[in-house]
Amino acid sequence: MTAPHQPSRTQLERIAYRRKRAIRSTLIAAFSTAVVGLLLYLGVTGSPGWARVKSSFLDWDIAVKALTGRDNYPSILSGLWLNIRLMVICTACALALGLLIAILRTLRGPVTFPVRALATTYTYSFRGLPLIIVIYLFAFGIPGLRLQGTPSVTVLGAAAIVVTYGAYLAEVFRAGIESVHPSQVAAARSLGLSYRRTMRHVVLPQAIRRVTPPLLNDTVALQKDVGLISLAGPIDAIRAAQINQAGTANFTPYVVAGVLFVLLALPLIGVTDWVTLRAARRQNAGN
Amino acid sequence: MLLSCTDVRKTFGANVVLDNLSLDVAEHEVVALIGASGSGKSTLLRCVNLLTEIDDGVVRLDGEDITDPRVDPDLVRQKIGLVFQSYNLFPHMTVLDNITLAPVRVHKRPVAEARSQAMEWLSRVGLADKSGSYPDRLSGGQQQRVAIVRALVNSPRLLLLDEVTSALDPELVGEVLTMIRELKGEGMTMVLATHEMGFARQVADRVAFLDKGRVLEQGPPSQVLGDPAEARTRQFLARIIEAGRL
Ligand SMILES: Nc1ncnc2c1ncn2[C@@H]1O[C@H](COP(=O)(O)OP(=O)(O)OP(=O)(O)O)[C@@H](O)[C@H]1O
Ligand SMILES: [Mg+2]
Repeated sequence: MTAPHQPSRTQLERIAYRRKRAIRSTLIAAFSTAVVGLLLYLGVTGSPGWARVKSSFLDWDIAVKALTGRDNYPSILSGLWLNIRLMVICTACALALGLLIAILRTLRGPVTFPVRALATTYTYSFRGLPLIIVIYLFAFGIPGLRLQGTPSVTVLGAAAIVVTYGAYLAEVFRAGIESVHPSQVAAARSLGLSYRRTMRHVVLPQAIRRVTPPLLNDTVALQKDVGLISLAGPIDAIRAAQINQAGTANFTPYVVAGVLFVLLALPLIGVTDWVTLRAARRQNAGN
Repeated sequence: MLLSCTDVRKTFGANVVLDNLSLDVAEHEVVALIGASGSGKSTLLRCVNLLTEIDDGVVRLDGEDITDPRVDPDLVRQKIGLVFQSYNLFPHMTVLDNITLAPVRVHKRPVAEARSQAMEWLSRVGLADKSGSYPDRLSGGQQQRVAIVRALVNSPRLLLLDEVTSALDPELVGEVLTMIRELKGEGMTMVLATHEMGFARQVADRVAFLDKGRVLEQGPPSQVLGDPAEARTRQFLARIIEAGRL
């Protein structure tokens, strides 16, 4: 047994110095944050139009009414329930679609050329197409065909979101797949693993781990763009806010919906930050 | 012959890397491939393992033409183990999972059985306490031994080793060398590419000198390394001695 290590005097001095410096910089940060906050507050509330902005954007009564749906207006909260369901389903479907397209794009050989060409065309066109246009095309164009069994506008709008985001996510997945070094594939194949097993057990796990931060980031973007489905007609949180606004001539309902969207996104943003940080740490730990 | 390469040709563009190369390896034999950097040692090993498609010639394993396009390369690779110069362990898997991946997924062995066999191998090479570690926490010599075990648990007929000692310091070379000697004692057939003449001398039954895409000279290590017949071989060895690697 060796005696526990006693830090030398030099080391103790270093520790004391570091602690002093940390306390000082915390104090400076707190002070400067307070100053900036105060200036912002005075600037906004002291502006000439503040009273009017306050009454038309931050009216508490109207906020409560819009949120709960009193006086026969649609409730933003129940609209939000539609948004939440759409977020979950669209995220899952877009991730699955993106992964599928990415895998199709990495296939080699002449037999798979048509699939590959189709997948490439898809990612090229849908990344360039504005989401609003895709929603209009899907929600109003497809029912116009008068086919039997055309799904509801909500489903069509959701499909538009899935198809658009699937194209972005596919490119993120593909970047991940291509970042896995060919020697990993060679190692797996040399063990007798088929192409499929190599993808499943060796390439994809590494690829997905590497692109998790950008994937989550795109997922956050998808969550808020789910609100665009209101353009097609279904009463989600934003559509409910719009109807409230039209009835009361007050913009507070939009602010309410906006705050709710931010609150919904917070957990996922938190997870994204955490995963990114962990990935960075792991990078630094390895060599 | 367990392995027989006949008139194998491989080009990359205008670069003729293997020029009608022929090489036979008998069962239980250990053959060392030596030759200058870029002489095609790694390329030959990759061709034998069908990771690289040859342009002409025939490679036979147990008499079967494995370069026939009708042959399933996955089945051939299940009989040939390849250990890469740069280990190529799977970084997202623990040591144990690296080793049991092929036995479980390819050879469909029960997980418990594959694991206990992997643990036996790991204890043999002194790495039992590392079974749960990820590869980036292992030293170069430890990673190399894991890579060799990963190839061995599939009970290959033939083991190809590509410069398994080149990234290691002398002490670690010793660890890997001991392991390969033991394998040789158990009758494993091996082809190893190496720049370490001492290593070739100690484990090989036969040394083959590759030059300009062909086997220029081959024979027992004492003859090829001690008393080479060809001028090119002598030249090559003289440079190796200069570099202090004999
Ligand atoms: N995928 C490839 N594409 C193009 N050229 C290649 C490829 N792989 C190998 N070569 C070329 O083939 C030649 C032989 O390479 P190889 O790796 O087989 O040499 P080596 O004998 O293993 O060398 P070293 O001792 O440095 O490992 C080199 O000239 C190399 O540039
Ligand atoms: Mg090489």
